[in-house]
Amino acid sequence: MTGADLLESVAKLFGPKLHAKAEFRGETTYAIASTDLREIAKLCRDDLSFDYLIDITSIDNFGVDPRFEIVYELYSMTLAVHLRLKMKIGEDETPDTVSDIWPTANWHEREIYDMMGIKFKGHPDLRRILMWDGYPFFPLRKEFPLEGLPSEMPDVAFTKSAPLEGGPFVTQPSTAITKFREPRARPPEL
Amino acid sequence: MAEERSTAYDSKIEGNVIFTRLDAAFNWVRKNSLWPMPMGLACCAIELMATAASRFDIARFGAEVMRFSPRQCDVMIVAGTVTYKMALAVKRIYEQMPDPKWVIAMGACASTGGMYRSYAVLQGIDQLLPVDVYISGCPPRPEALLAGLMKLQEKISREKSFAAQKPELTKKLAGVNT
Repeated sequence: MTGADLLESVAKLFGPKLHAKAEFRGETTYAIASTDLREIAKLCRDDLSFDYLIDITSIDNFGVDPRFEIVYELYSMTLAVHLRLKMKIGEDETPDTVSDIWPTANWHEREIYDMMGIKFKGHPDLRRILMWDGYPFFPLRKEFPLEGLPSEMPDVAFTKSAPLEGGPFVTQPSTAITKFREPRARPPEL
Repeated sequence: MAEERSTAYDSKIEGNVIFTRLDAAFNWVRKNSLWPMPMGLACCAIELMATAASRFDIARFGAEVMRFSPRQCDVMIVAGTVTYKMALAVKRIYEQMPDPKWVIAMGACASTGGMYRSYAVLQGIDQLLPVDVYISGCPPRPEALLAGLMKLQEKISREKSFAAQKPELTKKLAGVNT
């Protein structure tokens, strides 16, 4: 079996459950429904040799419904094939965990919960992983400001808003020298 | 009546006596044997290690004894990005250091948050600890750290150590003199 054969059998096996096929630089992407996730994931690992889950990431399409998108990056070590599965998730939906299928998903799903606030159904230990327990915000959501928000957890941690003063490392196209293209402070209307 | 003798010209102890101020003696001892607490939190710690290694040799300034127990340290070198998650731990380690103690904020992140204007990073360790010397750079070169260390030594040599150590006695002595 070659890599091309493998991708063909993916298409054959799941057929109508795969939507919006896209190919870019030799990598194949499919959109799937969140209800099909576990079935597809299990078969991908057991029958289709996708033994390696590279990463799970999440995207906040703020203002679009459904709001979130979760991206699974699968890889077959034996056939060197990359497969990307994208799954749209509404704000109140709780997608299934895949941490029992690929144990590495355990921490990836914790990170997504920590940063985006998406809860995974059936996750064995869904705690925050980067921020501390009790931190009240989900910092990678679009409505969360770049400079952060103040919070206070006595004896654990506190946060304050960072002084942005017009934005860090914001450059404007012009022929002016750096000092004027990237000022330390810029009025908010610009 | 006892014969009046000058200590310096007493042939029995000549050469073994130094006249100085108490503060100067304290400060001389302190500044030439600063034991750093290497609070290495990011890439600045690499430069800190380079400063301690043979090429730059922080031992030339008496600060080579990096202690990983805060209870044996004099100066905390905050080398790197202080996240909010780490911030209170840094403060706690600082509080475990015995007096007298000093703090060097090494690099842009420790001084101001540096390029991390974000929700996760403390915007300068001086919001939690009293910083004595700030060192610019991202990361600073070992020479810059050594220059900062020398600045701290200058600062220590100007301190009123005795008065800080024995405030009551100082007051009493001042009263006697006036």
